[in-house]
Amino acid sequence: MIVARELTCVFGSFTAVDHVSFAVARGEIFGFLGPNGAGKSTTIRMLCGLLRPTSGTARVAGYDTGREPECVRERIGYMSQKFSLYRDLSVRENLAFFGGVYGLTGARLQARREAVVGMAGLAGMIDRITGTLSGALQQRLALGCAILHEPSILFLDEPTSGVDPLSRRTFWDLIQGLAAQGVTVLVTTHFLDEAEFCQRLAFIHAGRLVALGTPADVRRESVQEDLFEVALETLAGAREKLQGLADVLAVSFFGPRLHVFCRSGCYDSHTLGRALAARGLATQHVARVPVRLEDVFIRLVQRQPLNR
Amino acid sequence: MQRFLAIFVKEIRQLRRDRLSLGMLFLVPVLLLALYGYALSFDVKHIPVAVLDEDATRASREFLESLFSNPYFDRVLTLDRRAEADAVLDRGRARLVLVIPRGFAQRLARGETAEVQALVDGADASSAGAAVGYLDALAARATRRVQIETIQRAGIAPSLPLVALVPRIWFNPDQESSHFLIPGLISMLMMLAAVIATSLSIVRERERRTLEQILVSPVRPMELILGKTLPYVLVGVATMGLILLLGRIAFGVTVAGSWWLLSLTTLVFLFSALGMGLMISSITRSQQVAFQLATILTLLPSFLLSGLIFPIRSMPVFHQVFSLFFIPRHFVTALRAIMLKGAGFAEIWPSLAAMLALGLFFNGIALWRTRRSM
Repeated sequence: MIVARELTCVFGSFTAVDHVSFAVARGEIFGFLGPNGAGKSTTIRMLCGLLRPTSGTARVAGYDTGREPECVRERIGYMSQKFSLYRDLSVRENLAFFGGVYGLTGARLQARREAVVGMAGLAGMIDRITGTLSGALQQRLALGCAILHEPSILFLDEPTSGVDPLSRRTFWDLIQGLAAQGVTVLVTTHFLDEAEFCQRLAFIHAGRLVALGTPADVRRESVQEDLFEVALETLAGAREKLQGLADVLAVSFFGPRLHVFCRSGCYDSHTLGRALAARGLATQHVARVPVRLEDVFIRLVQRQPLNR
Repeated sequence: MQRFLAIFVKEIRQLRRDRLSLGMLFLVPVLLLALYGYALSFDVKHIPVAVLDEDATRASREFLESLFSNPYFDRVLTLDRRAEADAVLDRGRARLVLVIPRGFAQRLARGETAEVQALVDGADASSAGAAVGYLDALAARATRRVQIETIQRAGIAPSLPLVALVPRIWFNPDQESSHFLIPGLISMLMMLAAVIATSLSIVRERERRTLEQILVSPVRPMELILGKTLPYVLVGVATMGLILLLGRIAFGVTVAGSWWLLSLTTLVFLFSALGMGLMISSITRSQQVAFQLATILTLLPSFLLSGLIFPIRSMPVFHQVFSLFFIPRHFVTALRAIMLKGAGFAEIWPSLAAMLALGLFFNGIALWRTRRSM
């Protein structure tokens, strides 16, 4: 449904997106992950026809975004990062506007409107001014307006930014419901817990695709190291003390604990514990843990040199 | 069509909710018309005059009486000495000091020229010029009267040849300057309102990020432009109606020509003025800049180059040609023709054509810029 081939976007001397290629199948939830400024939003905008790529092609719903943008626009729904509905209009009026813009009239518009209102949980609030709704409700309304015309592809650019965790969960339930109905969803996010909801992921960093595949694949292929979680009495100075320790590739703070990446097979929890003690670190607990997406994320970002 | 309607309805809904802007679009032109209409006037009346009659004869008194029996001059002070004249002018207690020197009547009786000195406050050059003009005319009239009297006393029945100018002031018989000014004011105020209103329209969507959502939808550039402009056409027509009503009630300015033609002219004007606003909206990035640009491009040109106050024919050739590129100039010409002269289509079609051409140009640019961002 979505095919990106060598998509590139250059602003002057700054390469925002660097030869990104991937494909998304029908009904898939595809996650686009990466740090801020990595090029996620730029890529989505190229796929939606909002931005012209400097080079490369993209086909969405079978149409070329460069040559047949009108056909693409009728078939996609888009939810932008910043809230882009009309705050001074009521919910009903916003829905009427987007319905009209996508050619929905009469009975169909009414049916879709009711479906969207139900889905977004906005029953009874139809005549409230959009600007007075809570952040979570606004996001749901935005999603509703994006799916009003029942598009086959949804582009969501950081749809849950600024929304509390409970609402985020609800939001993802909605997305998964849509995907189950056959809608292809491409989501950008930098909440890594949300990445687990995706069937496939792409990691973007500094404009380049650095990982692509299912969460399990990405975890396995990106990080070939052992990961140990270490609980220390005090974190102060821990990283400095571990500098230069043999076969230790990276150390990062993980909440109140330390995540130590060691070369595969060199340590086990006991030997690592002794090595740490030898460096003067009082360890309370050392355990081998499975690599999580956050760790993958951090390692990928650490490894890639930031050259733009 | 569906999409255009959706945009049109949305604009109207937003406009209705935005009471402040709506109020300004309607009320400000009306209030400003009331203000400027009363304040601006070319008529110079009730000029305060101080008189120093050193002659104090019947002839001098008759002369003074003829001066003050009309509304142009008001006798406010009688002076005793020449030295007081300067002080009176300096302090502004009078704008004109008339000095009739001793020997006025004597010289007249001898058939010689009797001079009367007028000291004029020239700080306000245009009204000083008008005052001197009146004085000249009145002095000429007084001269003729004295001459006739002299001849009569000599016993000859005067049938002196005279070139008498019989002025018929067409189109503005009372020479009320308000009749002259109102069409010009209407043009300036409508221009301001129309351009400012639409200059904010597209840029506001860009600033609030709602434009992105429209760009990603199947809406075509033309539908966006038309949908956003049409509500302002309606507002513009309503404002025009209000202004004309006020002009009629407060200043007695009526429309001598056909209302059909006036409506057509207004629509053509709105097409071009709103187009200019849209063009501004499509090339700016923020509402602040759009507003400033709109004000700069409409306020001064409307005031100086539209023929509102300064006649275009008296300007240097460059300025005359330059003024052709400004919409208010053509609107003023057409308005004056229709309202004051009752002109028909044959007379005003050049103004309509000019506005149409300018409108196509501005709207064209707006369309091109909107297409590019899509």
